[in-house]
Amino acid sequence: MKRKIRVLVAKPGLDGHDRGAKVVARSLRDAGFEVIYTGIRQTPAMIAEAALQEDVDVVGLSVLSGAHMALVPKVKEALVAQGMDDVLVLVGGIIPNEDVPALNAIGVKGIFGPGTATQEIVDFIHKELAEPAA
Amino acid sequence: MTLFNEEQLNQIRNQLEHWETTTLKKTLDRRSERRPQFITTSSVPVRRLYTPLDIADFDYQRDLGMPGEYPFTRGVHSTMYRGRLWTMRMFAGFGTAEETNQRYQYLLSQGNMGLSVAFDMPTLYGYDTDAPEALGEFGKCGVAVSSLADMEVLFDGIPMGEVSTSMTINSPAAILWAMYIVAAEKQGYHRSQLRGTIQNDILKEYIAQKEFLFPPAPSMRLVTDTIEFGTREMPLWNTVSISGYHIREAGATAVQELAFTLADGFAYVEAALERGLDIDEFAPRLSFFFNAHNDLFEEIAKFRAARRIWARAMREKYGAQNPRSWLLRTHAQTAGVSLTSRQPENNIVRVAIQALAAILGGTQSLHTNSMDEALALPSEKAVTIALRTQQILAHESGVANTIDPLAGSYYVEQLTNQMEDAANDYFHRIESQGGVIPAIESGFFQREIADAAYQYQMEIDTRQRIVVGVNDYVADEPIEIPLLQMDPAGYDRQIARLQRVRAERDNSAVQKALAELADCARGDENLMPPIIAAVEHYATLGEITDVFRRVFGEYHEPVHF
Repeated sequence: MKRKIRVLVAKPGLDGHDRGAKVVARSLRDAGFEVIYTGIRQTPAMIAEAALQEDVDVVGLSVLSGAHMALVPKVKEALVAQGMDDVLVLVGGIIPNEDVPALNAIGVKGIFGPGTATQEIVDFIHKELAEPAA
Repeated sequence: MTLFNEEQLNQIRNQLEHWETTTLKKTLDRRSERRPQFITTSSVPVRRLYTPLDIADFDYQRDLGMPGEYPFTRGVHSTMYRGRLWTMRMFAGFGTAEETNQRYQYLLSQGNMGLSVAFDMPTLYGYDTDAPEALGEFGKCGVAVSSLADMEVLFDGIPMGEVSTSMTINSPAAILWAMYIVAAEKQGYHRSQLRGTIQNDILKEYIAQKEFLFPPAPSMRLVTDTIEFGTREMPLWNTVSISGYHIREAGATAVQELAFTLADGFAYVEAALERGLDIDEFAPRLSFFFNAHNDLFEEIAKFRAARRIWARAMREKYGAQNPRSWLLRTHAQTAGVSLTSRQPENNIVRVAIQALAAILGGTQSLHTNSMDEALALPSEKAVTIALRTQQILAHESGVANTIDPLAGSYYVEQLTNQMEDAANDYFHRIESQGGVIPAIESGFFQREIADAAYQYQMEIDTRQRIVVGVNDYVADEPIEIPLLQMDPAGYDRQIARLQRVRAERDNSAVQKALAELADCARGDENLMPPIIAAVEHYATLGEITDVFRRVFGEYHEPVHF
């Protein structure tokens, strides 16, 4: 039997608005993924450490506060420093369109704003990891 | 006195049955309704038709009474908006104190009636702008205030003794309040003149917004210290704004918002009573803050039920004698979570409907969200439209001309009763767990809210719930509204001021004040006087909060999803 896709859902920075992260975590679990939710106020180092310990395929970061341009690159660097270059990094939250190219450039594959259907994220992960959709 | 006697009710029952088997049946045989079930925004089923049968034991005097009289269902003032409109209070803050000061001056010039300060994330968490934890967060969700110097700039040219100011601040509320008091005193006012509100509602932080710092016991001590200090020295200040807003935004239903908020309110009352304070001295300064969401009638019912539950509990359970102790005075804000990033202009309409709900619900003050807030902090133009929305409702719609116009609506009265009953059920569940704090520590509220949030999202994903522009009426059009651009030099200006403060102040006086504060924190005297003393010497927010972090420790929540 194939191993389940493992997803870390994390909230970097100070912002405690965890509604989106929790809804996404639960819907990914319901879609058959193995989901680890870190809780709030995670530093980039804590997130990379958890990603390594849990041996995840996907890291989903949720940021509402507007600090994404400072935090997401730090998380990406910390992942690379752990040798996790190939982990699929996704970002959700309030991300202005103008920031999307810069996030894509550092290797963020998917960016999901308010109004995203949870199935869209599930499908995206399956497609990126080249698994047939359930 | 009930409105309907048995004979009338029987006649109505017969008429209803007749209608259902004839007129209605004919229609339904031809065409079924749009949906098998209709639900409110909170997923509560809605009946086809409400009649006197739904409020058969409705008793006008017991359930409604007169405006400005117990149980205040119809409103807290005897003339309501005929006497004075609600306070149009726009929540604002971004970047540096200079930029936000300009926004305040602009809002006041446009008819905004009271100020409302949004602080940035580091400030909300008690960090100075240059703390490592503040990385990337400066000025993003509000204005940075790291010391008295920032507070002085924030209110430069604004007469602090004349405006009323609400400050959305929780864990470090006592510290920001002290900065406000000292800045106003430096403008020449006496603290007893100052009018405003500190949110200071730590319980809902554990429950929903998650901006907690310390464990519940020392947090409740800080809140009780501020209640006590306000009672003694600041008679016009609202010491706690007991907030359902964030509980709702985190995903709660209207009933959960109502029940959890009032349960928090009772917990503050009980803490102050344990301190030995007289209920009629502090209760009149407790205020509330509710969400105004999409479902017009459900929201109106929520505000009405909230007033009735609070009045009954304050008088009957806690024995308050002063009618002002029975009043639930509230601020309202339209539902940020309802705003869509797609077709953002549609949000203007959503906000107007939500604002209408808050007004028909009898709010005392109101913030209307801007159309662009699912994208960024609001631009000046978007804020102006949001404020104009309130002005149009006030002056053109006619809804402010008469008091509680929906009273007597079978639907609204039934919803109001249903909300009160459902809230009472939650109070029993919370009590059976030992009260609000044990229920927080076990994750009860957090699980209830996460479940409701998930259900709501599933209803959208399966299109049981239509969100215009999101899962129906979708159009891939580019967003054409201009977003707020912050001054890129702001961060450097803020850091420079912070460094200047640390260099120019009397550092030995600061150290002495912080040591005295630590001593006080280890004891049980009121913390407000030593906080004010430290602030006067320009001790920074981070330094003062660090004293508490050392003495009180830090709280970590149980993680559920």
